[in-house]
Amino acid sequence: MSQLDEGPAYLGAASESLAECTISEPERTPPRYQIVDADGSYDESQVPAIGDEELIDLYRWMVLQQVVDDRMVKLQRRGEMGTYASVRGQEASVVGCAFALEDDDWLFPYGREGAAELIQGMPLRDLLLYWRGVEDANKQAANNTFPPAIAIGTHIPVGVGFAWGMRLDDDDAIAALYHGDGHPSTGEYQAGVNFGSVVDAPALLFCPNNGYSISASFEQQTRAKSVAQKGIAWGIDGIRVDGNDVLAVYDAVKTAREHVADGNPTIVEAVTYRLDAHTTNDDPSRYRDQAEVDWWEDREPVGRFESFLQQRGVWDDIDPAAIREEANEQFDEAKAAADAFEKRDVSEMFEYLYDDLPPELERQLKDFESFLEARPDAYDYIEHRPKG
Amino acid sequence: MNATLVEAVNDALRVAMADDDHVVVYGEDVAQQGGVFRATEGLKDEYGGERVLDTPITEIAIAGSAVGLAMRGYRPVAEIQFSGFIPPAFNQLVSMASRIRWRTRGELTAPMVIRAPYGGGVRALEHHSESLEAAYAHIPGLQVVVPSTPADTKGLLLSAIRDPDPVLVLEPKRLYRSFRDEVPEGEHTVPIGEAAVRTEGEDITVISWGATMPDTLAAAETLEEERDVSIEVIDLRSISPLDRETVLESVRKTGRAAIVHEAAKTGGFAAELVATINEGALMHLEAPVGRITGFDVPMPMLAMEDFYLPNPPRIEEGIKDVLDGEGGV
Repeated sequence: MSQLDEGPAYLGAASESLAECTISEPERTPPRYQIVDADGSYDESQVPAIGDEELIDLYRWMVLQQVVDDRMVKLQRRGEMGTYASVRGQEASVVGCAFALEDDDWLFPYGREGAAELIQGMPLRDLLLYWRGVEDANKQAANNTFPPAIAIGTHIPVGVGFAWGMRLDDDDAIAALYHGDGHPSTGEYQAGVNFGSVVDAPALLFCPNNGYSISASFEQQTRAKSVAQKGIAWGIDGIRVDGNDVLAVYDAVKTAREHVADGNPTIVEAVTYRLDAHTTNDDPSRYRDQAEVDWWEDREPVGRFESFLQQRGVWDDIDPAAIREEANEQFDEAKAAADAFEKRDVSEMFEYLYDDLPPELERQLKDFESFLEARPDAYDYIEHRPKG
Repeated sequence: MNATLVEAVNDALRVAMADDDHVVVYGEDVAQQGGVFRATEGLKDEYGGERVLDTPITEIAIAGSAVGLAMRGYRPVAEIQFSGFIPPAFNQLVSMASRIRWRTRGELTAPMVIRAPYGGGVRALEHHSESLEAAYAHIPGLQVVVPSTPADTKGLLLSAIRDPDPVLVLEPKRLYRSFRDEVPEGEHTVPIGEAAVRTEGEDITVISWGATMPDTLAAAETLEEERDVSIEVIDLRSISPLDRETVLESVRKTGRAAIVHEAAKTGGFAAELVATINEGALMHLEAPVGRITGFDVPMPMLAMEDFYLPNPPRIEEGIKDVLDGEGGV
């Protein structure tokens, strides 16, 4: 009973001050960690110890993300792509975090982080196939990547459970759960993060806070001033970082990762902005001012990093036009490969549901196959039905 | 051994945990206290706090983390303390557990078990007595089993734990301690998706599962004596996947069918069985198929629960209606 001498841990000291016993929302929005200013200037001592080659790699990935967004949106407009969610404006947060992960780490994406998936090893072809609605694109286990959580928040408890398994296995790996600023409003998020805090799950909660969940601004989403502070309620740390500063994101995640790997879930909130629409189905002019978009456009992350590379003297060693052209070529190849991807048989819908096909499913498949044989005009109907 | 249904749950968990050190048992109050029904009693002492643990009160994260653990190669057997609290976890069952294999084309799987005591009749609090099995059976990729005997409970739970895909095991808590029966020692499995014919008969097929089985059998016995009829009673044991063939073969033979369940009538699993019978045995029917079910009202609290639950007299009357019913135009 000796541990009770000072009372149970959750008791705390007594105080006569009500103010002292009030845990307050911070008066001002907490600061965000920054290494490179909006104009590209920086303090030499702050720059993380990474070589010029890696700096150029960071740049390449961000350019690739820009090219992917630009071309995916165009493909969608031409009817060659499904609904697509552009990352434009968030390149630094997406790439900076992914770049700080280790080989054995797992990515649990939510849909607006293509470059992060590519850094994990997903072929660009598969990114195109995913947005074309082909389930085969979700075969990314070899690349330590889970399918995107399109249902907001649903991947949080799952990723936490997966990370819990990593700890039980004594693996030196973490699960990086990417999510937007709307996810923390869900029960899944709150239940999942709290659960992770109790089972010491090595889970990184990485939130590129782009200010909007479709049309709902962050102020409409929560009264809290930040996502990072939400961790306090579950006894875990939160870090705010400038999401348009790729080096700051990289550095913050690199540091957080060590803490996470020790079994401490941690929230990293990267403050950023979505410059494009929520998806190709969205019209952002209905809910936000152009002046706001312009303000952020002036602070977009790829240009900032270019200024940094110029001031750093690395810019002279690279040919930015060639990097962009190379990214476009990569996209061309991926597009050709996606176009060449053979349509699967209808049995594909049935065969992956269970390890063993139950008799009723087998019956439904057989019936459907005989129907298609008897009524080949169904294929014509499917092909010509107005889409989208 | 001679065991109650809840002792059979405990025995199955012991066998599974001894057999495979990737089996992890967790949920609310399952470790230190051994579960509110003592289904997990003694497991923590035997297998330690990493494999048997108490969790925060969150059905969402209990179900969701099981998906993640299972993807990682573990065999989580998570308890939802009462099935009335599965609805918060429904999103995880629908959006995650049931479709991991399908989404990833078999690369990642969720071999996990959620067990939950279900049904009324134990004078529990509000929200503690629901039977929503039809809602769970409607989710493609989620298997649902509902045992009614101690031996089947052990056999189905062990099959569920070894199954490569997620299984929801609904345990009839009304039967947890209502009787003892022989349970095979050690290894014992019952295949998921196989119904059991409890009594063979010629005149009518009566189908039920889980909590209503003993009352259904009792009603059938009474009627056989009273009316000189022979009644075939089928215990479905699994409602997803459904053993269509056993049901259809029986109805083709008897020409009459009645279905008994505790859940509300509209959209209940009996409706699925009626449709199945229509698809596969309509022309053998000599009378409309009967349903003896709970009413389309929320499960009442304890003062009224016995009026809600189907009981032997109601089941007898329902069966008589079908026996006396006539088909044709």
